[in-house]
Formats: sequence, structure tokens, C-alpha cells
Amino acid sequence: MTTEATDARAAAEATQVATTRAEQPTLGWAPWRRAFWYHAAFWARTWRGQVISSFLFPVLYLASMGLGVGKLVNHHSGGVSGVTYLEFVAPALLAMTGMQIASNESMWPILASFKWTRSYWTAVSTPITPRDLVIGKLSWVAVHVAMVGVIYTCVLEAFQTLLSPWALLLPLAGVLTGLAYAAPIAAFTATQENEKSFPVFYRFAIIPMFLFSGSFYPISQLPAWLRTVVQFVPLYHGVAICRTLALGQGSIATTGYHVGVLVALTAVGTYLCIRNFRKRLEA
Amino acid sequence: MSLVAARGLVKRFGDFTAVDGIDFEIYRGESFGFLGPNGAGKTSTMKMVSCISPPTAGTLTVLGQDPKTKGPQIRARLGLVPQEDSLELELSAMDNLIMYGRYFDLPRAEIKRRATELLEFTQLSERANEKADNFSGGMKRRLTIARSLISDPDLLILDEPTTGLDPQARHLVWERLYRLKSEGVTLVITTHYMDEAEQLCDRLVVMDRGKIVAEGAPQALIQQHSTREVLELRFGMNGHSPRADAVADLADRVEELPDRLLLYVGDGDEALAAVHARGLAPQSALVRRSTLEDVFLRLTGRTLVD
Repeated sequence: MTTEATDARAAAEATQVATTRAEQPTLGWAPWRRAFWYHAAFWARTWRGQVISSFLFPVLYLASMGLGVGKLVNHHSGGVSGVTYLEFVAPALLAMTGMQIASNESMWPILASFKWTRSYWTAVSTPITPRDLVIGKLSWVAVHVAMVGVIYTCVLEAFQTLLSPWALLLPLAGVLTGLAYAAPIAAFTATQENEKSFPVFYRFAIIPMFLFSGSFYPISQLPAWLRTVVQFVPLYHGVAICRTLALGQGSIATTGYHVGVLVALTAVGTYLCIRNFRKRLEA
Repeated sequence: MSLVAARGLVKRFGDFTAVDGIDFEIYRGESFGFLGPNGAGKTSTMKMVSCISPPTAGTLTVLGQDPKTKGPQIRARLGLVPQEDSLELELSAMDNLIMYGRYFDLPRAEIKRRATELLEFTQLSERANEKADNFSGGMKRRLTIARSLISDPDLLILDEPTTGLDPQARHLVWERLYRLKSEGVTLVITTHYMDEAEQLCDRLVVMDRGKIVAEGAPQALIQQHSTREVLELRFGMNGHSPRADAVADLADRVEELPDRLLLYVGDGDEALAAVHARGLAPQSALVRRSTLEDVFLRLTGRTLVD
């Protein structure tokens, strides 16, 4: 009888202590937002340089494409799909940058947080969960791509390449493309013990996708079998959306298909990412 | 009352059983130690107690709650000093504390106030704005301890707090931990340093191969598993085996090591006199009190575990 009684009393006391201390002051912030700020804080340390290069790169890219390749194409075939080459190629920049930022953010920095700085282990010893880390990280990638996307859209407008008011949504298209890369790549990175696979992934996945995504020429130029392969390239769908928005061409159905593919990739990627983060951090 | 209660706690990784059904209870205000050689399951146990890694089987209650369902709520009231430093080396000592405090959703002003206090407490005030990268091992450890205290935890969990530190740094860490203890903070410590356990722990368990092999206060464990004194005899290389038999009846237990014989006895001087009386002339002899290390080696064996 005595042990049961003490056990019961101990349990009651424990619950009491638990409830009195549980009411800590909070700002009402969802935990994932705390993980978001963690990622944002590191970017913020070098934000000036990053903003400057965000202006510089599209200016150089558009100047080269417009003045160089564009002149050649326009001279020989009078533009692409009824627009000048510069107008054709410019919006792809948003999707390509989305892919690039997302893949960079999802490889080395994530592995570093697992292996070298161990920041993720630090975070999960606080009220933050692996799920919060994933949502916080992906939110940060989205905001990062969106910020760069706004700058790029302004540059595109300055080069007079935007033909439709839908172009205002270009940063969002960049974000969607970015997430379709960030989520699956982060899920993969969470299973890695070293960085050996990253350069390989860059060379044999990112760069070919960059070249065969319809960024620089319409995919109708490709042989039929390659057109089928391209359907599996997220960047292709991102570029298509960006071009539709910038030029005001294309049907709702096709655009819906492109958006659907990217959303599906993001959703599956996020699910796998949370699963892999949990597997690793809760071991 | 108990802050942590575990019954039949098990942690498996695939086929490997790291923690094999252990029971323990940790009470408010005490400092509780987990001792054991590498691979005994200490760190796995710590990860379960810190509500990071869920148990494979058994029941675990931390601060009266179930880690399975209340992990984040429990962790809000724990402080953890992990085995490997995980500071943000690019950030200053102060910013490390601020960033960690924000994970707990504490208001900025409050974090700042506590951080200043904690840097004072860990004697890092003067280097508060310096990058953690420039810190020595001991300073990093102290900063990690400061960080773990930012949430004003009910329970502080330290996984090998002084491994790899030089003696000065160790003593400073011990002194700070001792102060926390005297302020009523409940400490859970894993270590393989016996002096650390004797200094800091009110009560401890010895783990070996995933199981608890002994439990009690350091002095009680010594009484229970060893004799009051130990007589160490050196006869020169290769001369021990024949002598071990010759002195066997003088001690409760004789242990033969490559370089010396250990005689576990109640009175070391008396035993030494008896050794001399038998005409055995050791090259050197040392009488000392039994320590926790004797208990530890007796319970976990002298074989190296890797």
C-alpha cells in the first residue's frame, strides 16, 4: 500500500510542478519561425554583398544575352516564338536562380549544421523539433529566393523584357521552383555523412538541367525522346511558368500542370525531408 | 520527488542494444551521475533523458511528463551540455547565448539580461564580444554551460562536461557546477572520470554494456564493492604471479596487474607488515584508501572497450 501511495503522491506533485512552470511568457511565435530566424541571421551578416551581386548578375546576364546571342538569333530568325530573344530568355533567369539558390542552400549548409557546427543538434535540445527545422529552413529558402526574385524582376523590367502585368508574380514562380529543388535536395542531404556526392550532383544533375530546361531555346527544338525526359526536370516547369507570366502567353491548363508538378515535388520533398531529419536527429 | 523516472528503459539501433532495460530515479536538488566506460550506453541514456531521442521500449517520465507527447514542453525546462561542443564559432559569446535563448522564445531583453549574468558566472564577461572561434577548450565548455543555463532550467544535463580539458579548466568547471548544485539546480552528469564523480555526484549508477551494474552514493559504493584500503606492491617485471599466491590469504581480494599487485585489505599497513614478515621484499609498496576507481574497474573490468 505504502509504495503505491507514495507513487501516486509523487505523480501528483510532478503534475503540479509541470503545470505551474509551463506558463512561461511567449511571444506567440510558432517554433518553426525561430528556426527561420536562425537561418536568416546568418544571411543577414553578409547581406550587402549579396544584394549587390543580386543586381550585378542579371545585368551582366541580360547584357550578354541581349547584346550577344540575342543579336545573332534575331538577325537570323527574327526572334523566338514571336518575341525577341532577350524577351524569351530573360524570364528563365528567375527559375534558374531559384534552382541555384535552393540547391546551394540545401547541400553544404545543411550538412554543416549536422556535422560541423552541429547547429541542428543544438536546436533540437531546445523546444525546437526536427519538423520546425525543416519548415524554418524551407521558409528561409523561399524568402531568400523571393528577395532576389524581386530584385531580378526590377532588372528585367529595366531591360524592358516584361510584356505582361502577370510579371509581378515572377518572384513567386522563382520561389516555387526553388522549393521544388530545396525540399528534395535537403531530404537527400539529411542522409549524407560527407560532402562527396555534392559536386557529383552538381555536375551530373544541376548543370544538365540548367542546359536542357528550355531556358535558352524552346524545347520543340529537341528530339521527341529528349522532350519526354525534360518533363521530369523541375527547372523546365519553372521556366515555363516564368515565361508565361512575363510574356502573357500560354494557357491556364498548361500553367496549372507546371505549377502542379512543382507543388507535388515540394510536398513530397518536404515530407521526406521531415522524415529524414527526424531519423537523423532523433537517433 | 523524482524529476526523472525510468523503468525498463531500452534503446536499440538496429541489432545493437545500446541501453538494455535500465531503471533509475533522479530526485529534485540532487546531482546524479552516470558512470561507465565508452560504449556503456551513457550518451544514449542522456539523449533519452533530454527528450531528443525516443526510447525503444520502457517508460520514461521527465519533469512529470511523457517525452513522447510533451518533448518540446519538457525541453523548454531542460539545460543540455552535449559531449561535443556545438557553438556557433562565427558568433560572439554573447550572440551565441542570444541565438540559443531565442529558440526558447524568451523576450530579447530578458535573454540579454540573463546572458550578461551567465557570462559573469562563467567568467567570460571580458570576452563577451569576441568570436567563440578564438576561445580555448575550457572557455568553449564554460560558454556551453552558460548557454545551457539561459532558459533557467529545472534540470541540467551534462554529458562528459570536462573531457579534454586541462586541470585548471576542469577545476573551474567543477567549481561552477558545485555552485549551481548548492543553489539547488538538479544536475545529471555522465563521466568516466572517477574524481569528477566523487566531487560532484550525490548518487550515481555505474553502467556497463547497456546495463546498470551498481547504484548508490560514492562512499557507499566504495564500502559495498571494495575494502577500506588498498596495498599496491611492485616486485619488478614478471615477478608477480608467484607472489600473488603467497599473499592471497592476507587480503579480501588480490588483483594482478602487469606492473603491480593490488591487495584489497581493511588495514594496509598491517598487511604490508605481514608481507615483510613472510620475507617477501617488494621493490616498492603503497598504502592508499579505496577510491571509486577501484569500484569502477572491479565492476566494469580492466579490458579496453573500443
